[in-house]
Amino acid sequence: MNDDLIQYLLRLGDSALIQGQRLCEWCGHAPALEEELALMNVGLDLVGQARNWLEYAAELLDDGRTADDLAFRRNEREFRNLLLVEQPNGDFGVTLLKQFFYDAWHYPVLEGLSQSSDERIAGIAAKALKEVTYHLRRSGEWVERLGDGTDESHQRMIAAIAQVWRFTVELVNSDAVEDRLFETGIGASPEQIAASWQRTVNDIFDSATLPVPTPASHFYLSGRNGVHSEHLGLLLAEMQYLPRAYPDATW
Amino acid sequence: MYAQLVETGVKRLKSLDEMSAQERAFQEKIDAEIKIEAKNWMPDAYRQTLIRQISQHAHSEIVGMLPEGNWVTRAPSLKRKLQLMAKIQDEAGHGLYLYSAMETLGADRDEEIAKLHSGRAKYSSIFNYPTLSWADMGVVGWLVDGAAIVNQVVLQRTSYGPYARAMVRICKEESFHQRQGYEILLTMMRHGTQAQKDMVQDAINRLWWPSLMMFGPSDEHSPNSAQSMAWKIKRQSNDELRQRFVDQTIPQLELLGCTAPDPCLKWNEERGHYDFGEIQWNEFYEVLKGNGPCNQERVATRRKAIEDGAWVRAAAVAHARKKHNKNAA
Repeated sequence: MNDDLIQYLLRLGDSALIQGQRLCEWCGHAPALEEELALMNVGLDLVGQARNWLEYAAELLDDGRTADDLAFRRNEREFRNLLLVEQPNGDFGVTLLKQFFYDAWHYPVLEGLSQSSDERIAGIAAKALKEVTYHLRRSGEWVERLGDGTDESHQRMIAAIAQVWRFTVELVNSDAVEDRLFETGIGASPEQIAASWQRTVNDIFDSATLPVPTPASHFYLSGRNGVHSEHLGLLLAEMQYLPRAYPDATW
Repeated sequence: MYAQLVETGVKRLKSLDEMSAQERAFQEKIDAEIKIEAKNWMPDAYRQTLIRQISQHAHSEIVGMLPEGNWVTRAPSLKRKLQLMAKIQDEAGHGLYLYSAMETLGADRDEEIAKLHSGRAKYSSIFNYPTLSWADMGVVGWLVDGAAIVNQVVLQRTSYGPYARAMVRICKEESFHQRQGYEILLTMMRHGTQAQKDMVQDAINRLWWPSLMMFGPSDEHSPNSAQSMAWKIKRQSNDELRQRFVDQTIPQLELLGCTAPDPCLKWNEERGHYDFGEIQWNEFYEVLKGNGPCNQERVATRRKAIEDGAWVRAAAVAHARKKHNKNAA
């Protein structure tokens, strides 16, 4: 069971970390000053959550590695993040759509985990849930604004959906690890997560005048098993360069 | 100093006798340390000077996000990444406060930002220097924010109320950033490897003089200062603030175990201050003119962000209008 739990903590931590890393790339490039603030604010929340999950994972691993080691010394085959969050930022529409898909999944995950029989998980999730409540409200509002804004913004959102929809397959499907963790009362309900995600997407897309595509189907890649798109390696090369180049350093 | 050269357009100070009744009442209020508020009468030159100064200050916060944004994706630990993200977020917030303060004077933020993008408005020269190593994040926090604080602490008493109040809020956050920056350097110097220590000294060598330049031209070459001082927009001269900064910074430099790239730096017992070498004023004026190492990149990045985001802002406006119409119907 410990192995399952470690895997699960890495998945949660890695997704939050990589999503936060992508938001860092926006620094100085946002369409308005208010968005500079919001993008960095959301990113800050997520990297903070990643630290909490990875610290717990490091304790359970008990092999001398710290949360920083897990973040900065694992390679792309060892990362367990969702494929969605490692996708490039694209334009503001792609970024906000990715954020919305992630938030709409993250919210029910954390809602479930805040009831976990593992007190440590319940505590981290309850704190994160407050932050993600805000993330989801914000990203949902932006999808509405952009979907039901101008012709151009509507077209850009259609293009954004075409680009990232296939990666949502991981948000509505569970695997054996997640199923087992749910059965033992530690994990969130995969069924509820999938239903909640679909409902949120349907609602927001409806008011955004955007068409909901048919469910995405499984394809070769699997972030939770460490089989990533080509984007992750480059992202990690940038993110991990200092600890890799100066292995004995203290920062 | 985040606003180094602010034109007042005033070549010679008027005496009280030369002023109109309105001007005299205004000056007497200033002299009595009564804050000027948005709806009060003020000389047009006072208004324009403040718009220039506060907008430069706001632009500096925004452009100042870029040298740090350069390292936020490469911060070497989760703690450092979180600190840097929080700092950048604060800077965006400071920009917002300052643009709001500026708008109380009747200026429009979009117009002032357009001036920045076309090179007609300035921002602090310091942000035209590249950040070339992680140690630069520590030095920017310690020296650059340190210099900004020395200036901004005084501006808490500036004569224009909305500007003074913005400074009170900003100073609290800046002091926090400065301590964090210094702590980055202390960690590298006390617990780091030789390579890290070299990195710190190199960062200080590159950013020391540009930080001293943040206080603006020397007093003898500050033609606009007299009027700004008389209006109490400025409360202390460039050289006084620069001296204070050097005096308070040298002990911190020594505690790090680092040196300043200045062979003339020496404690002067008689003055009770540190003496220091002459700033390369030629470099300073070149940077202000747009010929510094990163001027082109900084302005181009900001311009591109706003241009690329035009469709987003247009969508937000269109959506708001649709919603408004729906609610009205």
